[in-house]
Amino acid sequence: MTEQEIFQELSVVFRDVFDDEAITLRPETTAEDIVGWDSQAHVTLVVATEMRFGIRFRTSELETLHNVGDFVRLIQTQLAGS
Amino acid sequence: MEQLAWLPVHSDFASALKAARLETKPEQRMSRLIELAGSRRDFVATVKLDRTFLDCMRELGSSGLTKLQLSQPRLAILASHSIDHLVPAIRIAGLGRRIAPSIHVGPYGLYRQALTGADPELANFNPQFLLLALDADEVQSEIPVDAAKVEVAAAIDRRIEDLRRLWRAARERYGAHVIQQTLISRTPPIFGSYEGLIPGSPSAVVECLNNAIRSAALEEGVLLLDLAWLCQRSGADDVGDPVRWHQAKQLVSPHFAPQYGDWVARIIAASLGLSRKCLVLDLDNTLWGGVVGDDGVDGIRLGQGDALGEAFLEFQRYIAALGKRGIVLAVCSKNDAAVAEAAFSDHPEMALRRADIASFVANWDDKARNLRRIARELNLGLDSMVFIDDNPAERHIIRRELPAVAVPELPDDVANYARSLSDAGYFEAASFTSDDTMRSRAYQANAGRQAALDNATDMEGYLKNLAMTLVASKIRSNDLSRAAQLVNKSNQYNLTTRRYTEAELTRLVADPSVLAMCFRLRDRFGDNGLISVILARVDDRWGRTAWLIDTWLMSCRVLGRQVEAAALEVVANEAATRGAHALIGEYRPTARNGMVSAHYAKLGFTPVDAPAAESGDSHFWRFDIAAASLPQHFITVERVP
Repeated sequence: MTEQEIFQELSVVFRDVFDDEAITLRPETTAEDIVGWDSQAHVTLVVATEMRFGIRFRTSELETLHNVGDFVRLIQTQLAGS
Repeated sequence: MEQLAWLPVHSDFASALKAARLETKPEQRMSRLIELAGSRRDFVATVKLDRTFLDCMRELGSSGLTKLQLSQPRLAILASHSIDHLVPAIRIAGLGRRIAPSIHVGPYGLYRQALTGADPELANFNPQFLLLALDADEVQSEIPVDAAKVEVAAAIDRRIEDLRRLWRAARERYGAHVIQQTLISRTPPIFGSYEGLIPGSPSAVVECLNNAIRSAALEEGVLLLDLAWLCQRSGADDVGDPVRWHQAKQLVSPHFAPQYGDWVARIIAASLGLSRKCLVLDLDNTLWGGVVGDDGVDGIRLGQGDALGEAFLEFQRYIAALGKRGIVLAVCSKNDAAVAEAAFSDHPEMALRRADIASFVANWDDKARNLRRIARELNLGLDSMVFIDDNPAERHIIRRELPAVAVPELPDDVANYARSLSDAGYFEAASFTSDDTMRSRAYQANAGRQAALDNATDMEGYLKNLAMTLVASKIRSNDLSRAAQLVNKSNQYNLTTRRYTEAELTRLVADPSVLAMCFRLRDRFGDNGLISVILARVDDRWGRTAWLIDTWLMSCRVLGRQVEAAALEVVANEAATRGAHALIGEYRPTARNGMVSAHYAKLGFTPVDAPAAESGDSHFWRFDIAAASLPQHFITVERVP
């Protein structure tokens, strides 16, 4: 999966979780930029991302998910490892 | 384990949800949402569906939801772990059962304060149900692994006492029906299989505590969400995920939310009387392997000595056990009736007998029509039925034609049918009484009567054919509680709707100036039990020789059988032997008893003026015992003292 494709798929996840079709992701997008991205939504986002990409984040990786770029990078790592 | 495996997969869930959202009329939108709630969905889809459901609930308001016949229970959840992620799944599982619950989640970890301190928010929410979801750590940590059995028992007793206090607080302070979740251990065994032999080991402590919770719950009238048992079925790894625990203190993982939500919703539905009551079964390749019409009774696969035959037999045994529990069983099959019946009467290995089936419909009509027929025959709503058929096309048609009927998906292999039916939880119970075990028999008898009525060409022939016997007696001490129940519950076939407590009835029965009679009805299909009560007495306003019928009521289940005519005969004779010349009938109209407004006219009474002192709006009727002729009936009367 290319970085571009991951971005696209991840956008679908974000739109699903936040129920907002207008969401456009950039690598630097953080919780500050998206209405409703609180700690509970963050867990939902993690689970929804795992389901969409068929991956599992490690406990050690969860702490490093601060912005969309972090998500993309970790997804790439996970997909490469599988 | 796949989530909600018994629900059909929607061909395009996402587009259907989008389309539902565009529906401008909230009533129409809600019915689309109900359909989506009844299809297989994962955690994320459930959360999305819930968002639309919540908006729609708000838009409709309480009165709008009532109009759509959605019940609106209030559920509070108090938990020692984080539970917010499970709420959408509870709500959506409710929606699938036509329940639109309001859910209040108490602040995480503060369950004790909420119950024993003051929680104005909870009080204001006024919960009907209160789910108490705790985790096992607290107890496990206070018991050392080398604790003696008595120490463990004492610690468990203390914990149970504490729980009982919380349950009572929930009941007394908030009037809530408590649902206690059993504990699941996050700690894996430290001894291996030897764990169970060590009273203070983490797993043994949790198991012991769960057993103690179950006994205490039964005593306190508390319902269980038995997560521990459900975990055995689904697998602890599926239910809880240590990563989510460390990340967000989620004891139940989000992946498992749809399943968990269904468990909670079915308990609430059961308490509201919304569990399914009747299981309708296809025959060929559902109850046995093969087609009995082609293969013959000897040719079907059923019974010992053949793996497939044994699997079908085991499924039949599971269904028979449901029948014994009180689930009404019916058959709906495309078959020749005689051939289908022959399988039941002639195949030696059938675990289900013909007598277990309350309604047996085998013909070549379409199944939707036959399901309606079964519902009518058993006098049950379509929404209380579950239909099992191995044929996906038949399942599809019934879902489309009769959306109220639950039609579970079946696994490919009959060996998994029983598990799958059990997992679906259609028959969740909130109580179990001797009435339940009697139920199937009562339904069989009623179905027999209904079938006899369908077959009878004339009413008279039908009534004669029922071979009814009315057993009339004074209300004796062992009749009192049932008589009092009828006096206080009957609304429709009740001429005066006067309520008497059991103590008052006892006094009336002992009074020589009162005739207190009760009636039982038997027929060829069975005993209907005590079905009618009549109280007549001397009333000064009418003189010593005219007895006033103070109370006349009858159970509606024996309506249209001329029981009232036979009962009049008994009362008239009895009153005459005590010196009465006439009976005075009284009809006190209420909002509910319109069906008996012509009761006395039909029995040959003539209207009379109300006595001067009468202030109510009763109508009075007179029956001169010697002069009037008694109405006709086809009931044998048996008079016992």
